[in-house]
Amino acid sequence: MTTPPVPAQTSPEGSQTKPVLSARNLVKHFPVRSKGLIKRKIGEVHAVCDVSLDLYPHETLGLVGESGCGKSTTSRLLLNLIPVTSGSVYYQGRNISELSHSEMRPYRRELQIVFQDPYASLNPRMTVFEIIAEPLRIHGLFADGGRQKVRDLLQVVGLNPEHGNRYPHEFSGGQRQRIGIARALALRPKVMVLDEPVSALDVSIQAGVINLLEELQEELGLSYLFVSHDLSVVRHIADRVAVMYLGKVVETAPVEQLFTAAAHPYTQALISAIPLPDPQKERARERIVLTGDVPNPINPPSGCRFRSRCPKFANQLSEADKQRCIEEEPALIDRGQGHESACHFAEARELVKLQA
Amino acid sequence: MTTSDYRNEPEIAISGPPTEARDSDVVLEVDNLTVTFPTEDGLVKAVRGVSYQVRRGEALGIVGESGSGKSVTSLAVMGLLPKTARITGSARVLGEEVIGLDDAALSKIRGKRISMIFQDPLTSLNPVYTVGYQLAEAVLVHNDVSKQAAEKRAVELLEIVGIPYPEQRVHAYPHELSGGMRQRVVIAIAMANDPDVIIADEPTTALDVTVQAQVLSALETARKETGAALVLITHDLGVIAGHVDRVNVMYAGKLVESGSVDEIFYRPQMPYTLGLLGSLPRMDEARGARLTPILGTPPSLVNLPPGCPFAPRCPIAKPQCREEEPALLPINESGHSTACHFSAELEGAKPGDLFKPIAVDADALSELEEQS
Repeated sequence: MTTPPVPAQTSPEGSQTKPVLSARNLVKHFPVRSKGLIKRKIGEVHAVCDVSLDLYPHETLGLVGESGCGKSTTSRLLLNLIPVTSGSVYYQGRNISELSHSEMRPYRRELQIVFQDPYASLNPRMTVFEIIAEPLRIHGLFADGGRQKVRDLLQVVGLNPEHGNRYPHEFSGGQRQRIGIARALALRPKVMVLDEPVSALDVSIQAGVINLLEELQEELGLSYLFVSHDLSVVRHIADRVAVMYLGKVVETAPVEQLFTAAAHPYTQALISAIPLPDPQKERARERIVLTGDVPNPINPPSGCRFRSRCPKFANQLSEADKQRCIEEEPALIDRGQGHESACHFAEARELVKLQA
Repeated sequence: MTTSDYRNEPEIAISGPPTEARDSDVVLEVDNLTVTFPTEDGLVKAVRGVSYQVRRGEALGIVGESGSGKSVTSLAVMGLLPKTARITGSARVLGEEVIGLDDAALSKIRGKRISMIFQDPLTSLNPVYTVGYQLAEAVLVHNDVSKQAAEKRAVELLEIVGIPYPEQRVHAYPHELSGGMRQRVVIAIAMANDPDVIIADEPTTALDVTVQAQVLSALETARKETGAALVLITHDLGVIAGHVDRVNVMYAGKLVESGSVDEIFYRPQMPYTLGLLGSLPRMDEARGARLTPILGTPPSLVNLPPGCPFAPRCPIAKPQCREEEPALLPINESGHSTACHFSAELEGAKPGDLFKPIAVDADALSELEEQS
């Protein structure tokens, strides 16, 4: 892989390259409404709270977290597919979060998304050819050799161009995901948001799609935001990783560093919970098992949001230290581990030993 | 909290020549089981002759991709397939034949001798009864005890699987619990009558990784308490690696490789197993290497072509593979078996030796690049 210029520092100030897409203090609240005729607003789900991210050119930024942590909402906010509650998204220096639908259109060509479920994201009544041609038609590019473009796209993603007149249901899951990728590529985007693109696929099929995405990035110079719950896939494909928990980024780091020196207790638990396909290592492994479940995002805990499940909070901290976790929200800063983490008592730990 | 050493000590040697099969240690024996579903398109041969044994206290993993028949095999054993399914062969639980038993006879075995945990805990629990009621029901069906005793046992069971405040939680309805908790309730129900075999069908697939770790440790606790053998069905090779003694790999309705967990992961000798291992992105290996996917898709089980079902995707397939389907044959004394004509050639093979990291049509890609 051509390694993109990964800035040593994760903040844009310290690096030479400018981020292609950056988010500042994104907040998204969804209203919770009462039942009955008059749907009064009775609360708010704090889906995304003060998230800032930078995506650099030719880079893959992995956004990981468990269900309900706000990673998909964040990816949609970044593309202005849903309006932000507050905060802003800059694409090549321009704030796109306040643009209207029609103002957004020229930017849509450069910002594309691939969805998780290849069964739900393709219109079953359109042929594959029409599905891939649709973005070209909308942007008025089909007249100029569109037919050939669609055939080329099919070939690039590893499908037979002769199959353009078939319907999505005639394809397997992996093939459908390739159709979704071809559709996203049609307008030659600069940034692609990949929202769990391989989660619905079997492992032997998944590997092919991952390879395809890697190769496309190399050849076409794309920037990826790779949203996933699967840390082993993220480790394979991403250059940098941001870990989310309950609407907040709790740790960001270059991918190698995240896996060799995870500083936030949540990241550590997440890494240690992933089963390794290696029986001997798996038996000998240290495992951090979290207790309890993710708290309700309507009423998140005060201070550090992870404290209700944090093994460090429960077993290691003194009363005074605990008070700090309850009262003071930890900032996402470097506490001496070489990357940013949002824990007052961050401590780097190596949880995966690399093969010699 | 660390749970590094959670495995049951197997009471007997795991491996042994298959001739010593019919000893009393075998708790579940599946013999040449086939399952066929008649459909409009023709007969779907979902399971095509599967044989395996599970010994007392042992953990057996069954891996395979969607549609490989791994779930159907165990549903047949539990007698849970629809009436349209045609089942042949035999499955014996503690020596007693279960294929062909009527529902009343099966109900005496199900839950008591053999129990099952399903993928989706929300659909395996009844939404209109409290979890305590459903636990007590499982106890009362097989034991002549008072209601109070059954309810007391329900609280105990919830405590064993690690549910906090079990005295209060017995009064909760399934929808009031999170996914991980529900699955632990299902595990508690499965272990309620000290079964000899627990079949877990993708027990953690719908769960997040941190919750998966909780549920798997609850499953280990349940096994320790009951001494039950475990049949763990999953597509996740990572889960298999940490939780079983032996592994069966399924493809297109048949076992294609069977052996101890170390043999399957470190010395696989069937191209499909090698392909699966090479497809996995791994956290414990250096980055930068491309994955080696298996090209193509699994065959349709309606019109299986003659020969090895993996041949169309196999990089070492030879004409013989397209004519004659290989049987599952032992390749050493320890019980490691493969269904491949050329297993012997694959000794010490690595996934990268067979499969290539192919991703895209390079010519087409450069053409696309030129256009822009």
